[in-house]
Formats: sequence, C-alpha cells, structure tokens
Amino acid sequence: MEMSINGAKILATFENVPILGTVHVTQTLVVSWLVMIIISALCVWLGSNLKVTNISRKQAAAESIYKALVNFVHDRMGTEFDRYIPLVGTIFITSLVSNLISLLGIWSPSADLMTELGWALVVFVIITYHKIKASGIGGYLKGFLDPIFVMAPINVMAELFTPISMACRHFGNILSGTVISALVYGSLTAASYALFGALGSSPIAAVVLALIGAAMIFFGKKKGNKKLFIFGIVFAVLGVLGFLTSFGGVFAKFPWLTVGLPAITSFYFDWFTGCIQAFIFCTLTTMFIKQAAG
Amino acid sequence: MNDYTVLAKGIALAGCAIGSGLALIAGIGPGIGEGNAVARACEAIGRQPECKSDVTSTLILGVALAETTGIYGFVTGLLLIFFAPGQFMKFLG
Repeated sequence: MEMSINGAKILATFENVPILGTVHVTQTLVVSWLVMIIISALCVWLGSNLKVTNISRKQAAAESIYKALVNFVHDRMGTEFDRYIPLVGTIFITSLVSNLISLLGIWSPSADLMTELGWALVVFVIITYHKIKASGIGGYLKGFLDPIFVMAPINVMAELFTPISMACRHFGNILSGTVISALVYGSLTAASYALFGALGSSPIAAVVLALIGAAMIFFGKKKGNKKLFIFGIVFAVLGVLGFLTSFGGVFAKFPWLTVGLPAITSFYFDWFTGCIQAFIFCTLTTMFIKQAAG
Repeated sequence: MNDYTVLAKGIALAGCAIGSGLALIAGIGPGIGEGNAVARACEAIGRQPECKSDVTSTLILGVALAETTGIYGFVTGLLLIFFAPGQFMKFLG
C-alpha cells in the first residue's frame, strides 16, 4: 500500500515581485479564492431581488439564516456588539465552506495552518483593541503584571496562545479527518484488491457465491427475514463483481470496496467535524470578544 | 555512508516511532474528560428530561472542545510518522 501525506502543493512561483519578494501560489491560496467566489456568488444570489411583502422561498431562506446568525451573536454577546455580526457570520461561512469543500475531492484550505492562523489573528487584533479600549493602554500593560510582576512572562504567553490554540484546534481536527480519510481509502483499496483478486482467480467460486446470495435473497423475501435478505444482497454483489473481475481488464483494476464505504467515516470526519469546528471557532470568537470588553 | 550515519539514522527513526506512540498517550485525558461530561449530561437529562435538547447541544460543544488536546497529540504523532523522518534523513545526508 503506497500513500503519502503532503501539505499544500505549490502550483506556481513568481520571483522578484516588488515589496513581497518571492511569491508562492499554493493550493491553499487558489482554493481559498474559490471559496470566496462561491460565498460571494451565494450572497449575491440570496440577496438579490428582495421584497417587503409576498417574499419568495429564497428570501425566506436568506432571512432565516440571518435571523439564526443574529440570535447566535445576541445569545452570547448581548445586543451592544451588533457590528460584529458580519464578522462572526463571515468566519462561520468561510470555515464551513472551506471544511466541506474537501467532499468534492478538492484540497481543503483549512487543512493548512496558515488559513486558520489568519482568522485567529483577526480575532486577536479585535480582542486586543477591546482590552485597550476597556482599560486604557496603561491598564492593558498593567494587566500583564497581575497578580504580581513575576507572572508577566506567563501572562504574555497566555495572551499569545489564545490565537494559536484557536487556530491549532480547528487545524488539528480538519487535518486528522483528512489523514484518516486517506488511510481508510488506502486500506480499502488494498482490501479490495486482495478480496477480488482471490475471487477473480476462481470464477466458479464467485458464481457459487452469487448463487448462494440469490438463494438467500429469495428465501429472505419469502419468509420476510430482513437479515437474510441484506446478507443475500451483499453475497450476490460480491459474487457478481468477483465473476466480472475474473475477466481482467478494467474490472480487475477497479477498487470496488472504495465505492460508497468511505462515506461512512466521511460522515463523521468531514460533515460532523467540519460543521462543529466552524461553530466552535465562532463561539470562541464571540466569547473572547465579550470577555475582552469586560 | 559510514556505520555511524547508519546508526544515527536508525536512532532517529526509532525515536520518531517511539515518540509518535508516546504522543497518543494524550488520548487518555480527553477520553476520561469526555466520559465524565457525558455521564453528567445523562444525569442532567435524567433529572430534567425537558432540557434534553439544551443539554445535548451544550454537551456536543463541550466534548468537541475537550477533544482538542487529544487531537494535538494525534497531529504530533502524524508529524512524527510522516514528516520528521524525512527531515532527519535530509539532515543526516
């Protein structure tokens, strides 16, 4: 079984760009722009043609999304932080689309630490702004000497680790999902070759298996036994595929087990983790800003 | 490639493998913590079944937060398996 796990691939390199120096165009950059275009198109589509009365389904959907977002922010920060509603919504939808775009087989930008670090730094700047605004720049600097001056290095570390831990939490979850998906896919491919290699080398066994499966389907349906019926389908499909494999060619090369089965792990690692991490990132954002403003 | 280089590479690889195994000890903490959280959530639902949806959503958020330290260990282990050996090999020539 041959597999490798890479970071984002560098697609193009521009040398001697003024001010910036050498610029690498990575997969992360390209897919991030793709995500932005998708979200912008979605927003333009949802936001166009709005009416006051007699609203369309599309407008109802847009309104319920916006209402959910406003409720989310109001529940956690109260009503005096209304100007951060767009920020929280943007982070949430960007994170969600970036996480779920990996379902299309595209490199997910959130599997690159730099993406999340960018989001976390934005939040960090806002937190610092609110801390300084709440207690003045002297009070902010004095806060590091709390409770006694010896604690200053630890306080500085704690401050710096806020964005790093936010970024690493999101990144780690998405990366682990990507890696486990790759491992599952690789091992299913290997298992598929082993199984159908064995079946394909003896067509008679495959035919017998298919016949047993057909008989099980028949009796399962007759007696209303669901278990027998399902196992019958599995046996019959295995037998037929094994028989096809014995002809060689395309059938023998195709990893049959990778059809559909990885979707089971993908449900947890892509769908669940992707949604919950976007949610957690936004919850932490709102909590930290609220805390900083005192 | 002399004997010492081979020895150094062997030690580096062994260190990566042992380290990645040790990194997964980080899974113990979140396991215990999440177990506690779920136990308490079950108690809460048992006491007040009408709060089930609230408790469940808070539980999922808390569990996903608590999982982070375990994920850190997992990522460290992955880096030690897939990334660190290459760096060592490059360094040792």
